[in-house]
Amino acid sequence: MEKAKKKNMTIQRSLFFKRLRIDLRDNWTIYLMVLIPLVWLIVFCYVPMSGIQLAFKTFKAKLGIWGSPWIGFKNFERFFKSYSFGTILWNTVSINVYSLVVGFPIPIVFALFLNYLRHRKLKKTVQMVSYAPYFISTVVMCGMIIIFLDKDTGAVNQLLRLLGMDGVNFMGTPAYFKDIYVWTSVWQGMGWSSIIYISALAGVDYQLHEAAIVDGANKLQRIWYVDLPSIKPTIIMLLILQIGSLMGVGFEKVFLLQNDLNMSESEVISTYVYRVGLINTDYGYSTAVGLFNSVINLLLLVAANQLCKRLTKESLF
Amino acid sequence: MSGKITKDQNVFKMRLSVDKTFDVVNLVLMIVMLLVFAWPLWFVVIASFSDPGAVYRGEVILFPKGITLESYRAIVKYKQIWIGYRNTIFYTVAGTLINLFITICLAYPLSRRKFMPKKIIMAIALVTMYFGGGLIPSYLVVRGLHMTNTIWAMMIPNALSVYNMLIVRAYFCNSIPVSLEEASTLDGAGPMQYLVRVVLPLSKPVLAVIALYYMVGHWNDYYSALIYINDQGLRPLQSFMRDLLVNNSVTRVTGGSLSPEEMQAKLYLAQTLKYSSIIVATVPMLVVYPFVQKYFVKGVMVGSIKG
Repeated sequence: MEKAKKKNMTIQRSLFFKRLRIDLRDNWTIYLMVLIPLVWLIVFCYVPMSGIQLAFKTFKAKLGIWGSPWIGFKNFERFFKSYSFGTILWNTVSINVYSLVVGFPIPIVFALFLNYLRHRKLKKTVQMVSYAPYFISTVVMCGMIIIFLDKDTGAVNQLLRLLGMDGVNFMGTPAYFKDIYVWTSVWQGMGWSSIIYISALAGVDYQLHEAAIVDGANKLQRIWYVDLPSIKPTIIMLLILQIGSLMGVGFEKVFLLQNDLNMSESEVISTYVYRVGLINTDYGYSTAVGLFNSVINLLLLVAANQLCKRLTKESLF
Repeated sequence: MSGKITKDQNVFKMRLSVDKTFDVVNLVLMIVMLLVFAWPLWFVVIASFSDPGAVYRGEVILFPKGITLESYRAIVKYKQIWIGYRNTIFYTVAGTLINLFITICLAYPLSRRKFMPKKIIMAIALVTMYFGGGLIPSYLVVRGLHMTNTIWAMMIPNALSVYNMLIVRAYFCNSIPVSLEEASTLDGAGPMQYLVRVVLPLSKPVLAVIALYYMVGHWNDYYSALIYINDQGLRPLQSFMRDLLVNNSVTRVTGGSLSPEEMQAKLYLAQTLKYSSIIVATVPMLVVYPFVQKYFVKGVMVGSIKG
């Protein structure tokens, strides 16, 4: 019995290798082809992953990554005990939660309302104009924010003065930073994010709407009882993805909007990693801070996925 | 009997009135949204064409005032912008070609039903979507390859987006009939010939979409230059734009003594230079945009189907 099983396994194994040999012979070009991206993935994704060991080391340029001495969790300890740890963590979490709470539902509401707009031309125009900001680069976007909010010459302050109010130094006041960050992101991204919902809404079976109309539902009720349940899977999928990137606040935008005055509200983990890593060349410490960020991210993604699985039977993986 | 009819009619009337209010509110809301999206963009355009002094004093709000091409004349003389422009065009064209090549090299094998190591390679690719080495380890790899301060740093470290690869793979799998492969195999075509003669020509829409994703990415890329590039001559447009817009460091061209009026005029001009540079830096994307808009929408959909 035992022997037969073993024999069976060896036969299967040799069959596998035979099949692989045939596949290699017939489709060697495919194997050659896949080698290019595979090498790229290894060099630019997996080799850096092996570099994560730096988080537990103190980097010595002469010894390289592998040769540098281990120091255990000292880098992490230093981060947790550092003066700015609390502020940075709070800024990262609060900017992200704020972005999620504001930025996630607005495109959905926008799509729902746009879907009921009766003027076809206006609908097309609104849609097209709403995508446009997405194509503006982060640098130009931040430049526009700074120009529009300038305390003397900015268009927003000019408008405020026209209305008889005092000008506000938006970029120089730490308290405004998060609002500026979140709402300009909404402006830039909501049209684009709504595309997916608009197309999901276009796919809703119109018979459901007809039935609802016969039952006397008004448009608000149709939104609530027909449209929303129909696009629920899309919403949940995107929500999980968003929660997964909760800690991954866009480095570029925060970095570009940062100035000495608003630093207390604008320093987040990714900008801190850049500052201590590339500016101060404190490689080990910077890697540790970055690792802390990615691990939390990963945990959030898995947790969000599990939660959604339990609550709604929908999940990403 | 009659009572029931009036009740139904009431419900009907109420629904009509609710719907009417809804439509009006919706219309107003959408017009407001239209203004909110359009005004900042419109403002940049009119400010770039207006008299610098008028913009400075806040007289330009809805329409251009004292139309002049002065700020465009200034931007033509602003050398760095054009160095950046040249570099960015190169990075965008060459980078996108590299992107497409590597993306197809991965998407095509993974789309073949009988490719044996499909699962493991897929797993290798997917892991990188959720976990990476982070800033410093990536930087050390690029530096170790002696790529920092070369054009390669702008194109190779971001040569592949796994997300885009998944979009292409989904298209190869779902939109190209299996019977075509059988037919071409019967005709004696190998996997490569099948790719070049059948798959790629049939996949033009999806290739257009991801080419555009990659293009926009390269055009707007600022991060790679910040981390890997120091050489002035290699910097892309976005990094010069940062100097101009964010750091406010317009290099003063002419020296010598200036009268207060001239100083004032220069200050105004530096301000409108920003608007014209925004236009110059964004126009290529906005020109392409209306043509490809429908493809972008399709692309988003293809991406969402994959899950």
